[in-house]
Amino acid sequence: MDEDLGSRLEQQIPALRRYAFALARNSAEADDLVQDCLERALSRWGLRRTDGDLRAWLFAILRNQFVNAYHRNKRRGTQVAEDADAQSPAGQDRALELGDALAALDLLPEEQKSLLLLVGVEDFSYAEAAEVLGIPEGTVMSRLSRARKRLREILESGRVPLLRRVK
Amino acid sequence: MRDVRAPIGEDDLQAFIDQRLDEPRRAAVEAYLAEHPEIAARVEAEGRQRDLLRELLQPKFDEPIPAHLRIDTLAAARRERRRGRWQTAAAACVMFVVGAGSGWFGAMQARPTAQSRPMPMVVADQATLAYSTFASEVMHPVEVRATEQAHLMTWLSKRLGHPISAPDLSGHGYRLMGGRLLPGGSGAAAQLMYDDDHGSRLTLFVEAANGDTTAFRFAQDGDMATFVWIDKGMGFAVTAKTPRDALLPIAEAVYRQLDTAPPPARGS
Repeated sequence: MDEDLGSRLEQQIPALRRYAFALARNSAEADDLVQDCLERALSRWGLRRTDGDLRAWLFAILRNQFVNAYHRNKRRGTQVAEDADAQSPAGQDRALELGDALAALDLLPEEQKSLLLLVGVEDFSYAEAAEVLGIPEGTVMSRLSRARKRLREILESGRVPLLRRVK
Repeated sequence: MRDVRAPIGEDDLQAFIDQRLDEPRRAAVEAYLAEHPEIAARVEAEGRQRDLLRELLQPKFDEPIPAHLRIDTLAAARRERRRGRWQTAAAACVMFVVGAGSGWFGAMQARPTAQSRPMPMVVADQATLAYSTFASEVMHPVEVRATEQAHLMTWLSKRLGHPISAPDLSGHGYRLMGGRLLPGGSGAAAQLMYDDDHGSRLTLFVEAANGDTTAFRFAQDGDMATFVWIDKGMGFAVTAKTPRDALLPIAEAVYRQLDTAPPPARGS
């Protein structure tokens, strides 16, 4: 492996760890994801298209691993989040919002969650985010709009921890 | 870019939240929001939540990279694994050569030559030898496991120069374990190994075999029973430590699955 690839991969590790942590919400699980992702990248380097963006390629590998291996076992975000609409809006307490933002994010479907993270946190362009998620570029804005609306509604309801209550 | 005077749409609001609008458009969105306080409140909240996620996740980004995730560590571990695999493969080759030299080829030389025995019996001899060599093997009964069945069958077909598939013998209680490539009488031979719930093993041995298509022939060597036949230039042998009557329906099932033609008349 050439030095150059090593340093280029390594530069991406902090961002990969941040994305993995936001997805898995668990440091050990997140680092397992990052390790799997990097190992896969090292073994597939030769097969990789030469023109693609390294960062988008790595994030796509990590995201696919999360979706395939981890997400299957997680609770269903969609259904729970839909209950949010039924909750009576509580006050927009800043402290509550702060503490619960990641928990609220966790209630979103994986694709919405990833989109918010890639665009809003990792500063991916809309085209790059579409590439990582394997969705048409033209649908990114409307999906982003829906994801932000969903997250806002969950946070504005102010009852993130109670959302899992069975109605 | 879009006309500054174009109506403000949802895409503009999202790009505004992400601070990705050029200056004229950004000013246009701001003017629009000034006139629509409800939308402005929504956009403000969503922008705040975006910033909040960035804040909350920033410490993770700032953490030093753990040693086990560093590329040097991962690359070194990878090299180690590769070397380990190579050593295992090399050791397997040595063991195979030793085993083949003492057992396989030695025994073949003691047998009558192909010229003096009918072709089906030659195939049966080789199948029986291969069975006695590998069916008793505990550690490495097969070279490629059934979990890689597609790869296994492609590989064996290619080396045999004849497409073969693994018959499904689950109806007879046998599951495919995997297979291996062997030296045959006139080129490569393939052995597929099956086992049942009691650990009894059954093999299907396949190799190129000159000669006319034949009926089933039965061969008994010690406690090993073999049904063998030649079909379209290929020799097939089904071998197991089982009575003839128990083996026959399995051989027939193999025959039916390898060839859709009706089974040949039974010989003995």
